Amino acid sequence: MKFDTPATSNPIDQMKIVGKPTNRIDGPLKTTGTAPYAYERHDVAANQAYGYVVGSAIAKGRIASMNLDEARAAPGVIAIVTADNAGKLAKGNFNTAKLLGGPDIEHYHQAIALVVADSFEQARAAASLVRVEYARGKGAYDLAAAIDTAIKPQASFGTEPDSAVGNFAAAFAAAPVQLDARYTTPDHSHAMMEPHATIAAWEGDKLTVWTSNQMIAWSVGDMAKTLGIPKENIRFDSPYIGGGFGGKLFNRADVLLAALGAKAAKRPVKVALPRPLMINNTTHRPATIQRIRLGATADGKLTAIGHESWSGDLPGGGPETAVAQTRLLYAGENRMTAMRLAVLDLPEGNAMRAPGEAPGLMALEIAVDELAEKLGIDPVALRVLNDTQVDPEKPSRSFSQRQLNKCLETGADKFGWSKRAKPGVARDGRWLVGMGVAAAFRNNLNAPSAARVRLAKSGVVTVETDMTDIGTGTYTIIAQTAAEMMGVPLDKVVVKLGDSAFPVSAGSGGQWGANSSTAGVYAACVKLREAVVQKLGLASDAVFADGKVKAGRRSVALGDAAADGELVAEDRMEYGDLAEKSQQSTFGAHFVEVGVDAMTGEIRVRRMLAVCAAGRILNPKAARSQVIGAMTMGAGAALMEELAVDKRFGFFVNHDLAGYEVPVHADIPHQDVIFLDEADPTTSPMKAKGVGELGICGVAAAVANAVYNATGVRVRNYPITLDKLLGKLPDMV
Amino acid sequence: MQTPEEFELSRRGVLVGGAASVATVTLVPIGTATAATPPAKSPPTAKVAFEVNGTKRELELDTRTSLLDALREHLHLTGTKKGCDHGQCGACTVIVDGRRINSCLTLAVMHEGEKITTIEGLGTPDKMHAMQDAFVTHDGYQCGYCTPGQICSAVAVLDEIRAGVPSHVTADLAAAPTVTKVELRERMSGNICRCGAYSNIIDAITDVAGVKA
Repeated sequence: MKFDTPATSNPIDQMKIVGKPTNRIDGPLKTTGTAPYAYERHDVAANQAYGYVVGSAIAKGRIASMNLDEARAAPGVIAIVTADNAGKLAKGNFNTAKLLGGPDIEHYHQAIALVVADSFEQARAAASLVRVEYARGKGAYDLAAAIDTAIKPQASFGTEPDSAVGNFAAAFAAAPVQLDARYTTPDHSHAMMEPHATIAAWEGDKLTVWTSNQMIAWSVGDMAKTLGIPKENIRFDSPYIGGGFGGKLFNRADVLLAALGAKAAKRPVKVALPRPLMINNTTHRPATIQRIRLGATADGKLTAIGHESWSGDLPGGGPETAVAQTRLLYAGENRMTAMRLAVLDLPEGNAMRAPGEAPGLMALEIAVDELAEKLGIDPVALRVLNDTQVDPEKPSRSFSQRQLNKCLETGADKFGWSKRAKPGVARDGRWLVGMGVAAAFRNNLNAPSAARVRLAKSGVVTVETDMTDIGTGTYTIIAQTAAEMMGVPLDKVVVKLGDSAFPVSAGSGGQWGANSSTAGVYAACVKLREAVVQKLGLASDAVFADGKVKAGRRSVALGDAAADGELVAEDRMEYGDLAEKSQQSTFGAHFVEVGVDAMTGEIRVRRMLAVCAAGRILNPKAARSQVIGAMTMGAGAALMEELAVDKRFGFFVNHDLAGYEVPVHADIPHQDVIFLDEADPTTSPMKAKGVGELGICGVAAAVANAVYNATGVRVRNYPITLDKLLGKLPDMV
Repeated sequence: MQTPEEFELSRRGVLVGGAASVATVTLVPIGTATAATPPAKSPPTAKVAFEVNGTKRELELDTRTSLLDALREHLHLTGTKKGCDHGQCGACTVIVDGRRINSCLTLAVMHEGEKITTIEGLGTPDKMHAMQDAFVTHDGYQCGYCTPGQICSAVAVLDEIRAGVPSHVTADLAAAPTVTKVELRERMSGNICRCGAYSNIIDAITDVAGVKA
């Protein structure tokens, strides 16, 4: 099915099942420990051996020699895979660095060997006996020192590095009120709870991997390329994924080394990345240095908007697209943005939840707060004043829907924004109290997505698609979609995901999953409805409801259409140019209240509210969870998350969950989320958009602005830790 | 701060003793592999018997096997999760003789005769424990990987409060602690949820505790 004209009314609009805050259908499995994750599939292949990964101890250079004798002789060892004996391996299209390094080393903890043994304990012990001598090379590890060498990168995924409208320099120089400030955001780690893990088994020349991966078809393709075997010979199965956040978009060392290990050991091999290896071995959100210049009239109209960002990555990598939202978020006639990319020999930078917007808004939304203060205008009012209903770079192009102002105004009302005091004056006992606001913005993306639906005699509808559920609620919203389309209750729908044998879906990334994958299910259900009507000899306008198909006076049980055998339909939703004709984006406003200890500078988040406008919300319960989870990650980015770079040796020092601090229960208060009532007919027949990334956009800036409001101390370098406040806090009375 | 070159020069002096000139590429020996390779010996094993979810289990294990790996790899009770294997995340939380512990931080052979309750022992999809049911109702999870640990912890936390065990945030150590959100957040902070379901998890626990959320 091709979606090239805005949706009119369709069965989803009934909203009998779609749009309801249904409990997740996979909930009973997840809460009882019976949902099978990758490393746990004891049932899928007999005689599984254990692989343990060895990571490089240098960041750049080469392996001078490797002595495997002791490791090979260790108890239980079956095989050792290294670049020396693995055969020819191509680099996947989605990887910047090789998944198996050697002799050349591209980054610290790049995998250089897999030791396979009968037991986990034996593999781990033997891995420590692999003796490596390195020839260390010189690398660049310090972004601030490297920005002078940064170059203008190529466009990535259609995002040009630079943009310019009007005459920014002249308008900024002429602006009566100016802000020119520099902000930094550190490297971040996905730190999902389930380590990257895979069980691999070969049958002849056919490979099956049970793994934890967000994008099944991409990864099958990359595995085929890496191993030099046909895609048809590879099956990925990833029904449950213990978190991804972008960290499992692509194949990582676990899946490649499990496949190579299984080949070498001639038996199935399971590999999980040890937690202390994950942060340097896999990808991270790159640090940024950002300069923002805002020029405004005295009454608060933006006349000049300039946003520059510098980031680094390995050779061949891309920039963190931190200026992307600035091209679309606020009005203003004179604009410029620029991204520059330096070569850094740190581990590979890549997508993490809301790549670009997450760090970009961390800076931009502090800048807007600073400008509001210079102007003496309320920060909510300033944002409302500079709203635009059209693409500011191409005013002929309007937003498909844009309710940013309503998000801000609704939030201000619900949060009690009018009670916000001047910086540094509100007190609650020992706490300095402040409120902050930030806009949230993230583009909506659609991707083609296919599904197969089966109708059984029993009336049960089974959906099959290689779509993944990374905690997002995919199982449930796909079941809701199929139930609504076929007129059956939710418990008559079975959803099977994550198997590359199923039709290729959009996968989970870029907050495109919910709308795209359900649109694919919609398309397949339209075909199944046609098959049912034809089989039953009913009029084509038959109504599917209550487990029955009704046309005129006839009412037939849905399952009757499959009386002579299962009915199967498959289709793929594809997209025309609606996303080019109008700008499809998602919007929100974050409100945060913090308390800052007047003596110690300890920062506590006291209240959080998000108001989101993101099209039709397919399941408000699951969508709310996406948003509160993103708010939590945003609070982490504001207050604690920072990969500490060892600039001498080129690695992230705090490479485990003790050193890389993420929010825990005690850090997070009760969170409130409001979804504005929306349905966007330009996005798909589902009229939905994404929320999983929108939720993190702007959160950290709202926290930062609240800290400023509480203390009068402006911190422009994340994370905002108490050492950056001490000595600057208001005098004790 | 030392530069890599300084560091290598000083280390090479000790470890290699060579007279190589300073270059951008230098050797960094890691470990000393000079000794003859010792013959492989089978690792020591030991027998251990304990009760898991009411069933007596006997295992002969490599003594290095953690309780977590005994459950997951030997008994195939994979509901208990390995998130970090270093006691940092709480995904492996199980209840041993009534107390919650990180099963990755303890060797299986140390638990002779003890009673272990895992997530599988609390309930099943068809017959969920009240806490499991509350997590579903309040959407107290997303990816599900930390969830068994959160639930085992939550069940034990309510028992701890009932038993009068104080926490870091208990204001009055002489009085019985009560189920408040602040108490729950403090006591649950050893269980990380990167999906960020905390707000919902606390709602689920307060629901089970019969306290107004």
